[in-house]
Amino acid sequence: MPTETRHMFLNIGPSHPAMHGIVQIITELDGERVVGADVEIGYLHRAFEKDAEAGPYNNAIPYTDRLNYVSPLINNFGYCLAVERLLGIEATERCQYIRVIMSELSRITDHLTCVGASAMELGAFTVFLYMIKAREWLWELVEAVTGARLTISYGRVGGVKADLPEGFAERARKALEDVRKVLLECDGLLTRNRIFVDRMQGTGVIGKERALSFGITGPFLRSTGAALDCRKYSPYFVYDRFQFDVPTGEHGDNYDRYLVRMEEMEQSMRIVEQALETLPGGPLNVDHEGRMLPAGVMVDEAKMGRVAGFKNVRVRLDPTLQGSTRGFHEAVNPDAKRAVLPAKEDTYGNIEGLMHHFKLVMLGHGIRPPQGEYYSAVEGANGELGFYVVSDGSDQPYRVRVRPPCFAIMAALSELIVGDMVADIVPTFGSVNMIGGELDR
Amino acid sequence: MPTASDELIARLRARFPQHILAAHAYRGQPTVTIRREGLLEVATALRDDPATAFDVLMDLCGADYAWFGMSQASAPTLRTPSPLPYFMSPAPSAERWERGVPHDAQHRFEVVYHFYSTAHRRRLRLKVPVSFAEPSVPSLAGLWAAANWYEREVWDMFGVVFEGHPNLKRILMYESFQGHPLRKDYPINKRQPIIGPVN
Repeated sequence: MPTETRHMFLNIGPSHPAMHGIVQIITELDGERVVGADVEIGYLHRAFEKDAEAGPYNNAIPYTDRLNYVSPLINNFGYCLAVERLLGIEATERCQYIRVIMSELSRITDHLTCVGASAMELGAFTVFLYMIKAREWLWELVEAVTGARLTISYGRVGGVKADLPEGFAERARKALEDVRKVLLECDGLLTRNRIFVDRMQGTGVIGKERALSFGITGPFLRSTGAALDCRKYSPYFVYDRFQFDVPTGEHGDNYDRYLVRMEEMEQSMRIVEQALETLPGGPLNVDHEGRMLPAGVMVDEAKMGRVAGFKNVRVRLDPTLQGSTRGFHEAVNPDAKRAVLPAKEDTYGNIEGLMHHFKLVMLGHGIRPPQGEYYSAVEGANGELGFYVVSDGSDQPYRVRVRPPCFAIMAALSELIVGDMVADIVPTFGSVNMIGGELDR
Repeated sequence: MPTASDELIARLRARFPQHILAAHAYRGQPTVTIRREGLLEVATALRDDPATAFDVLMDLCGADYAWFGMSQASAPTLRTPSPLPYFMSPAPSAERWERGVPHDAQHRFEVVYHFYSTAHRRRLRLKVPVSFAEPSVPSLAGLWAAANWYEREVWDMFGVVFEGHPNLKRILMYESFQGHPLRKDYPINKRQPIIGPVN
């Protein structure tokens, strides 16, 4: 008489230690093999899109930090880009370079977290500690620039909050050098490590066609061989000025995704180094039309004390915000006044600045793009991060839609793990790099 | 000189004159508004025609135009509670955006599709207005695997039904949640009793 066999259902999550956020995977098991899986998300839904509709444009910026909380700067800039395009303004060249530098540093921190955490889940705890140490050096840079480590709110519509701090280029180069050493060590510990390779190779396989059909982007897609990268093929900011490669894999398995991420960190460092090399001077926030200041505005400038002798005065502000202690007036010149918040010294120091500030932050005034819609696509660490903003001509966005990169990958997760063993769920889920904040918004 | 966006729009206009309601390329992003009856036909053609070859459904979302342009601050007679200072007046722009359909109950919702073509490296936005009385559009889950979860999200948030969807249930909210939170008439501060045990 044949033995009766039944499939077993196993709940993984909602808070399994190897889950990078709260998610539930209901698996159907035949022995140790996964024959069916259902992925439940939504545990971290915080109504980002509804909240963004309820306040003025600038109020959504702190919320965007909390979408992908491992690389918040990219989210900031993606949202600002959409609103800027709606307004028809363009950030200045220096500002765009700063955005590129900060985006790439964020991408490295994101990949370090992803690779480090998935290595830890496979038992390589040392790698995790090394990578988090390296991430710490980069976050120190981020902290020096933005004044915060995670809730940075550094992007502004029309610019950024503050200039780079003094000596940033040297510090960044030093940090990147150190990160390179760490990556070399981790590469030695992982890439040819028998245990690591055995668990990563051939698990979580997805083909190129299928990945495209799922709308998967980023390193996950590139591991299948499709070289799709917003930075390369629909360049935003100044990405078209830098030399960098788009690494691709060929098997679409976990191991290729690991290799793609490792190589992308190197490419990001290349971009940062080139950007630091060619970082132009000049104002951070300027007139979108590049016109000369009219006489009336020049009078205003003089009223605000922006005369030659004052320009190099160092202003002491919040000690954590090192970038704003540089001669603010010479670096930040907000001429796109209908969008850019005035420097804090102006707001607190003279009536014109105060009025300007009020005009931008008071309810019913604020930034008001003309009616329209724009979809901005930036390359987030996990893939294409899209912000679709609809304006109805008022001071509040009418609709803000985030296209979270890991949503599409999570949709494919059940297909990725079916056919593999239970233990393979861990590396596959690790390489998805699910970020609860952006997945559930 | 016609841009690539204009060419794409002209091509679609010539091919589907009966389905297209409006089209524009505001801020350089080609956008086509179509009748929902034509969605499956247009989407299939966009994917399979080598001249368009939109093989990636990058994003799918909803929008509720119930109160569009009706807030005090956006009313045409009263732009702001007090006049803007000269330096904040909007820069004059030749481009004007038109939704293409009236903002009435007949066209209250919109399902917005963002396509990307890896072969031509370009994007297209497709919009399908949906009425309040009968909020439904055909599902694209058979054409793109990505549509499956995105359509569940639009159903969850806006209550738009996707006909032919294999598994149309809530995705971000819980099953017993009442209403559709991203509709404009769902109050932002409304609270609902918390969920019972799952399963």
